[in-house]
Amino acid sequence: MKPDISTEVGSIKIERPTMLASGILGISLEVFDRLYKEGAGALVTKSLSKEPWEGYPNPTVVGVKAGYLNAVGLSNPGAPYFAKMISSNKTVPIIVSLVGSIPEDFDIMIKQFENVKILGYELNLSCPHVEKVGLEVGDDPELVHKIVKSVKAKSKVPIIAKVGLGSSDYLETVRVACEAGVDAITAINTVRAMAIDVETTRPILSHKIGGLSGSAIKPIAVRCVYEISSKFDMPVIGCGGVSSWEDAIEFILAGASAVQIGSALVDKWVGVFSEINNGISKYMEKKNFSKIKDMVGIAKKF
Amino acid sequence: MGLQRNSDTPTIVKIEKVIDETPTVRTLVFSDEVLSNVSPGQFAMVWIPGINELPMSVMISQEKGKAAFTVRKHGLASTELYSLKVGEQIGVRGPYGNSFTIKQGKLLLVGGGTGLVPLIRLLTFLKKTDDVTLLVGSKTKNEVFFEKMANQILEHNKHQVIVVTEDGSYGKTGLVTEVMENLLSQIKFDAVYTCGPEKMMHKVVQLASSKNIYVEASIERMMKCGMGLCGSCCFGEVLACRDGTVFDGKYLLTNKEFGYTHRNKAGILENY
Repeated sequence: MKPDISTEVGSIKIERPTMLASGILGISLEVFDRLYKEGAGALVTKSLSKEPWEGYPNPTVVGVKAGYLNAVGLSNPGAPYFAKMISSNKTVPIIVSLVGSIPEDFDIMIKQFENVKILGYELNLSCPHVEKVGLEVGDDPELVHKIVKSVKAKSKVPIIAKVGLGSSDYLETVRVACEAGVDAITAINTVRAMAIDVETTRPILSHKIGGLSGSAIKPIAVRCVYEISSKFDMPVIGCGGVSSWEDAIEFILAGASAVQIGSALVDKWVGVFSEINNGISKYMEKKNFSKIKDMVGIAKKF
Repeated sequence: MGLQRNSDTPTIVKIEKVIDETPTVRTLVFSDEVLSNVSPGQFAMVWIPGINELPMSVMISQEKGKAAFTVRKHGLASTELYSLKVGEQIGVRGPYGNSFTIKQGKLLLVGGGTGLVPLIRLLTFLKKTDDVTLLVGSKTKNEVFFEKMANQILEHNKHQVIVVTEDGSYGKTGLVTEVMENLLSQIKFDAVYTCGPEKMMHKVVQLASSKNIYVEASIERMMKCGMGLCGSCCFGEVLACRDGTVFDGKYLLTNKEFGYTHRNKAGILENY
């Protein structure tokens, strides 16, 4: 029998365990529809703010050894525009990523999506390169608690908290988010990083400091998924450097119920989702796993 | 496809020569083996340190191992690039994107402004047996450039380079698309290539398609990463940087954004 690669992240059910990570390609319904047809199990939007944001001037994304460095600056068309754009959606499994500074920011945005078909929200508590949002919120447990509690009270769909490595203990952020009622955790965001060009002696990104993604951060992300799933009874989505089926399996063994993919698009483009899905399926067949959940976190028993 | 750089980190190059093409257009020449060999239509991300990074179609240089960018000053970043002097440094990454499909026979190229850059490179990839017509569109006489260069590249081909100015100060008078319409009624072309303002390209694609002629256009959108990550250049369900920048007319006419809308820095659709 062919293995079943559908998976459940708490109450979120998806046909395939590979999601598009937030910040990547996510600004039009047509692109989401294409990536869904290419094999993505769910599409996480760019992080949306109350109003449109232009983001930082270029360079915003450059390659570094074993990964990519970005400080796009959360450019996005704003929640109202975006909600209207995807209002006709019937088939595509979309998770809306939201970014804000205070509970009220999130309340306003959630209202926009009340009548739009989405799977859930992912709260960006971890973007490492924009002031007063993202990681600056994630580093403040009291604020995380307030935001999650408020969103939970208003949202009709599940809430995922996306955490990253900031200046406080990320496990404390996870603990507070769990306590306040999140339904799942995505770990991790890009890691605060920078690159300096030796010829011109200048930082390359216009924002100077950005976030590191890609293969370079995968072992860090695997460790975080492992720690979170060991300490908390909470579904986890693994994110950080997934570029092959082996990477995806590694995250699942560490405790992830699904993975998100971003940087790997540069090398493998939109075929990356089906390639990884097929690899996962073949691995399950070889190892006699019939469901994804049979593999989730089994590395923890050693 | 030519050589590939093994990283997406900017490589620093020095401007070696600056050529004034018109009062507002300059070509900057530099040494870079990888960019000297790109396919016609491919682009590079060009870092002007401390200012910005811009997607630029790679211009030919007539010297081996050298490449160039031809830039018109209009915005802040392009004006800074335009103003660079010999000896100053820029960063380049790429090449990125696909390229024009090389066809043979009677070929028509329609360019407007700096949209001529990938078409000039395309000329260097054509066979000596091809019969080539290049239409150069411009507002006025002192904005015309690359006419002489195109004639030189095509000197061993059967060819014609036709300049069209909107004010009639040089060459034919009117719009390139009007001249194209005329040509199509006289000559049976095997393929049409275009790059320039999107409204112009839209008309070129419609005209060629109405005569069932294979046509390709290189489109431009707001670009940030150039590699297919950020999504800024999305154009319907495709990404200009990754699926393009060259698309064929059959596809373009199914894309609702072509000729009408593009996204701004925040990703909001705006009308052309």
